[in-house]
Amino acid sequence: MTVLRSFRFWGLVPAWAIMLFTLIIPVGIVIGVSFAERGAYGGFEWSANIDSYRELLFSLGWTDELEFTPKYLIIIGRTLALGLATTAICMILALPVAYIIAQSPGRWKPLLIYLVTLPFWVSMIVRVYAWLIILGNNGLAEKLWRFVGGGEIDTFLFTPGAMLAGMVYSYIPLMVLPVFAAIEKLDPALLEASHDLYGNRWVTLRKIILPLTWPGLAAGAILVFVPAIGTVLEPMLLGGGKLMMMGTLIQSQFGGARNWPFGAAIALVLMAIVVVLLMLNARRASRKEALL
Amino acid sequence: MNRATDVRHYPGARLVTLIFFIWLYLPIGVVVWYSFNENRLVSVWSGFSTKWYAAALENKALLAALEVSFIVAVIATIGATLIALCAAMVLSRAPRRGIFQLSEAVVNMPLMLPEIVVAVAVLILFSQIGLTNGMLKLILAHTAFCTPFAFLPIRARMQGMTLEMEEAARDLFASPWVAFRRVTLPMIAPGVFAGAMLAFVISMDDFITSNLLNSGGSTTLPVYIFGLIKRGTTPELNAISTLMIIASLIIATAALVMSSRAMTRD
Repeated sequence: MTVLRSFRFWGLVPAWAIMLFTLIIPVGIVIGVSFAERGAYGGFEWSANIDSYRELLFSLGWTDELEFTPKYLIIIGRTLALGLATTAICMILALPVAYIIAQSPGRWKPLLIYLVTLPFWVSMIVRVYAWLIILGNNGLAEKLWRFVGGGEIDTFLFTPGAMLAGMVYSYIPLMVLPVFAAIEKLDPALLEASHDLYGNRWVTLRKIILPLTWPGLAAGAILVFVPAIGTVLEPMLLGGGKLMMMGTLIQSQFGGARNWPFGAAIALVLMAIVVVLLMLNARRASRKEALL
Repeated sequence: MNRATDVRHYPGARLVTLIFFIWLYLPIGVVVWYSFNENRLVSVWSGFSTKWYAAALENKALLAALEVSFIVAVIATIGATLIALCAAMVLSRAPRRGIFQLSEAVVNMPLMLPEIVVAVAVLILFSQIGLTNGMLKLILAHTAFCTPFAFLPIRARMQGMTLEMEEAARDLFASPWVAFRRVTLPMIAPGVFAGAMLAFVISMDDFITSNLLNSGGSTTLPVYIFGLIKRGTTPELNAISTLMIIASLIIATAALVMSSRAMTRD
């Protein structure tokens, strides 16, 4: 048994090694770099200043005085707003869809769930490209718009709405699956009880269905929101690169603009948002466990 | 209860679901449809043609990018699956506390953090230690973020498995290795297969990390396609996308059939 016992240690070594090398240590370095100074030719020089964080809010004026600049706050705000809108739309869409799938006959369920997950296996870039065609010049969206008698429009592309369409499409399966799992566990007797007690559909939805499927909705919200605020493809292709989000802002600091410490600082802000969210979610989950 | 007053029945929910499924498959259908467009402009239909498929298959740069993606994905999948298998073997037998609970969190860490943050972090690390081999950079980064995707199905499969079989094999004087290979591995094989499939697709699909680490000679398929899209939409892009859609559907179906078979066998 000694082999097995020592495997208890050795089995975990590869996992720790790869995560230390490509995740834990690098994130530590990012924290260091965010306090470093911008290098003269790109890159950075180690130091300990908070210039990168100050740059998030202020810029240097003509006479070296600090001027409040909301430029980056607007990008952070847009990222959070689009992330929240994506999550909200996914929730509203996923509820009826998951409800219908959960109510469908047993042999249909696996097929319907398969149909929900299938587009998710298709490459992300292909899915975003599809929306580029639909929303693009003379695309399906414009044809539909003219068909219903909509007025003259320039283009649907390069707007927050275009980004939102792409994001909802990209992440919706991540919402449908946990919501479906939650609705399926819902006891139909509770719905009948609600009806017997003269509850109408609205009351039943609000008092029975929503509270009992809330864990699924919360799990879906995390699964959608986290990748949504870190997304890069939608703002670059559907947003045309002009309407930046945090992901593209971070990326641009390591490409053309080349201010690594500033890029590291924004990356940490993004990471902090996610970590706080995950911690809140873990607390919610553990509180629920304590109740049971 | 009739349908009109039945609280379980929500009017409109069926319609929403129907529209949802149409909306889910419409973009894929549009891409496939216009890949057969003879016209150079994607959205201007001027006749049926398969010439864009011929053009795509003759595109040297595309095939080179596909090769890079494939090599990286295969190596990263093997690496990630082995790492995940070792970790799952330990973690499914260990108590869920202390160092083991921490290890479980560490294995799943790439799922918790936004990919762009991790991508930036490895970019800085690789530049600091002077790692310049593009392929090696991609393989290391891909192995890391594929590991949790390989880990989760294996872990789930092992969770439902009793250790008695393995103990019985050991009682019959099988060495730990023989017990693993002849008893444990065949039982968890569907989980390992599903995990490896998932890791492979995630690696082939990756854009954010591969784009940031991109250097000459290590352009992956999604990064190459992104470059093409930036230059403008063409039916050739639709043809490439259609081929990728077909590949994804085959892999997805294989993985799902495999995992559902694994579930019914229990």
